[in-house]
Amino acid sequence: MKAFSQLFTNIDQTTSTNEKIDALVTYLDTADEQDAIWCVALLSGRRPKRTIKTSELWEWSGELSGLPSWLLAESYHIVGDLAETISLVIPPSNDERDHPLHEIINALIALKDSDEQQRKAYITDMWQHFGRQELFVFNKLITGGFRMGVSDKIVIKALAKHYKVDENIIAHRLTGNWEAHNNTLPKLLAAGDSGDDISKPYPFYLAYPLETPPQELGSVGDWIIERKYDGIRGQIIVRNQQLFVWSRGEDLLTEKFIEFEGLINILPNGTVIDGEILPVKDGKFLPFHVMQTRIGRKNVTKKALQEAPLVMVCYDIIEHNGTDIRHLSMQERRTVLEGLLTTLKEQHPELPLQLSPLVQCTTWDEVAEERARSREYVCEGLMLKRKSSEYKTGRRRGDWWKWKVDPLSIDGVLLYAQRGHGRRANLYTDFTFAVWDGDELVPFAKAYSGLRDKELLEVDAWIKKNTIDKFGPVRSVTPTLVFELGFEGISPSPRHKSGIALRFPRILRWRQDKGVKEANTKADLIELLNAYRE
Amino acid sequence: MLTFDKCGIYCAQAGIYIDPWKPVDKAIITHAHSDHARWGMKAYVAHRLAVPVMRLRLGADINVQSVEYGEVLNINGVKISLHPAGHIWGSAQVRLEYKGEIWVVSGDYKLQADGITTPFEHVKCHSFITESTFGLPVYKFPTSEEVYADINAWWQKNRDEGKNSVILAYALGKAQRVHAHLNTTIGDIYLHGAVDNINKIYEENIGALPIAKRIDASVNRKDIKGAMIIAPPSAADTPWLRSMQPYKLGICSGWMQLRGTRRRRGADRGFVLSDHADWEQLNTAVRETGAQNVYVTHGYKSIYSRWLETNYGLNATEVDTLYTGEALDDTTDSETAENKPDESI
Repeated sequence: MKAFSQLFTNIDQTTSTNEKIDALVTYLDTADEQDAIWCVALLSGRRPKRTIKTSELWEWSGELSGLPSWLLAESYHIVGDLAETISLVIPPSNDERDHPLHEIINALIALKDSDEQQRKAYITDMWQHFGRQELFVFNKLITGGFRMGVSDKIVIKALAKHYKVDENIIAHRLTGNWEAHNNTLPKLLAAGDSGDDISKPYPFYLAYPLETPPQELGSVGDWIIERKYDGIRGQIIVRNQQLFVWSRGEDLLTEKFIEFEGLINILPNGTVIDGEILPVKDGKFLPFHVMQTRIGRKNVTKKALQEAPLVMVCYDIIEHNGTDIRHLSMQERRTVLEGLLTTLKEQHPELPLQLSPLVQCTTWDEVAEERARSREYVCEGLMLKRKSSEYKTGRRRGDWWKWKVDPLSIDGVLLYAQRGHGRRANLYTDFTFAVWDGDELVPFAKAYSGLRDKELLEVDAWIKKNTIDKFGPVRSVTPTLVFELGFEGISPSPRHKSGIALRFPRILRWRQDKGVKEANTKADLIELLNAYRE
Repeated sequence: MLTFDKCGIYCAQAGIYIDPWKPVDKAIITHAHSDHARWGMKAYVAHRLAVPVMRLRLGADINVQSVEYGEVLNINGVKISLHPAGHIWGSAQVRLEYKGEIWVVSGDYKLQADGITTPFEHVKCHSFITESTFGLPVYKFPTSEEVYADINAWWQKNRDEGKNSVILAYALGKAQRVHAHLNTTIGDIYLHGAVDNINKIYEENIGALPIAKRIDASVNRKDIKGAMIIAPPSAADTPWLRSMQPYKLGICSGWMQLRGTRRRRGADRGFVLSDHADWEQLNTAVRETGAQNVYVTHGYKSIYSRWLETNYGLNATEVDTLYTGEALDDTTDSETAENKPDESI
């Protein structure tokens, strides 16, 4: 645990990608093999299930520190991180011990079946025998969201360096479902040809937003242009008479998307299709929120199936007849995909797979016009893919670009502010905005991102000087500041006081030129809602 | 005996203010940081070591009476004396006694020994005015020795990698504290002009610091290699700082205790080094005074007052002042600092 905590600290203390990779390689060079695979599992988001409740952590840390619960709560609001708060209030240990990482994780997993007394005994014993740094990392393991500031790319590069294996192979081996328990990295990375990983998706190739004029991309004829759908990016896999549906977040969603069940007998074995999963009704795509309600549920109801049946809009094929064809050009893969889908569609008219239509243009001006019409198609913009491009791993510049439409926007008044978390701890950075409804301000959106650090500090200082009231971590402020908020979509919502819900709201800019009376109204929002519905 | 008005902390019987934030006739100054020693008073009283810094920052012609720790002034029946606050060299608590009633205004203080400052003295009183900059149990500062060792190890490592080490620390107090404890066998030490100005005063009045060069036009930046550079926080994000490349940046502040703050500052290293009291030090200081009435100023004042009331059964009152405590995201220490409102929370 000391070595793993040291790794955490080394990574935390640098913003350089190379230094992070080196720190990880150094760790892998000396780590016990069971610790090493757990380290990689944790870094790639494969944390064991939480076995300790937050309320228990508060209670036990209160007992150990001798602090009242109100003071712990105040401390938490300021630190902005549960694990860190606890590690700062537990009295320092004068009897430190070291345990291997895998031993701790196995012990935590075993706590699942134990009673509160056993859980308390284990956790408080550990708390009293760690140094400050290990205490923090341990608390991160037992609370939610273990993140280390390490991207998949860094893990892949470090593993490639340590094992001297190609990055693409590592990337593929690390995707999908695998267990760290009773496993080792050499075993995991060598697993390629055995039959036990038939569910494995390929790492998704992701596009960067286009930030330059499209003219700089060269001739339009070199590009495949498609609409950018607002659904769930996924891969449909059929291998060995089995079907797997993966989301881009690497969740296995086969059970939730029962519309695709029949594909087991339709798609040839050894097929992997990349596309967007979307609800469709009477030949028209429906907005994202229609599907959202369904993903959260355990069982798919009949009603949901009728109201929002899903299809996949297919735009790529990356495995064909059992062969990885990522190295073929986009144009060649597209031809394979068209051929496959056309044949299947003739045999199965109800096939829940559609080919992503090409947007035919001869000039970039025409492309721009098509982009402007995106909302008519319930789309977010356009995708530009170079005809000669391979299917790469992760987010890369150069061959694939997303060219989104400008967001919808509205000017809102800052009404409430709450302290942020992580690097925004102790700063008022989580805002609630309102629009006018007659003489009244109605809250309609929360937004956290979009301001630069300098502006955040300025707004934070302003909030502290203009607080009307405090409710726990939240402050209400004199309605004065106006911000332009951007969002990707708007939908009716009975759960919100304003009656609407925004998709991806964020701050576009601080309208210092606008007075509070010049902010938008609820009527303006409803107008947007109606326009967006059509 | 003391009241809080729009100009500052006032003793009507003696007709004198303590650390006022508006121009008044007579002011006792606890220490020379710009949120406590402000411009425009007709007459100042301050500790001998604070005087030269005040002359540098407020003007050579200010009317200031220099006093020693423990020296008693009798103003209209009020016995007034200064006592070490341990905050920075020349910092003081102000003890006021009238007809048997004793108040202590502590200004900014710390109990931890820093190696260069006269240590804090516990002064018994009935009413105690305390800051609360780090008045939260999550603030537990390591000893100065541990931090100095960390700084030197960090400097050595950076030097081994061919990089300079830049430390951002308040020009008055913390910069000398760090400077005095650098291991000079590692490499050369360079100073930002604002730090060098204060160092000169320190050396004239207290003693020598390790040899260091002021960075001015005569210094060729190419000669600065593997060096330690001490600069004030206001040097962050300036072309001056960028000209020190390649370098690693370290920030010395009590706020560096929290990971979120460390990450937000974008520094390579945060050293938990403060001239203020942490949670345990505040509690010890308050208890040792024996005071029944505690006035809590700048910092987490509502939380800390509640703690004093519920845990120690004291009469604790929150007071609004214009002191800023240890500011991280602004430059209180710069020589032209504006008056910033009190809100560290």
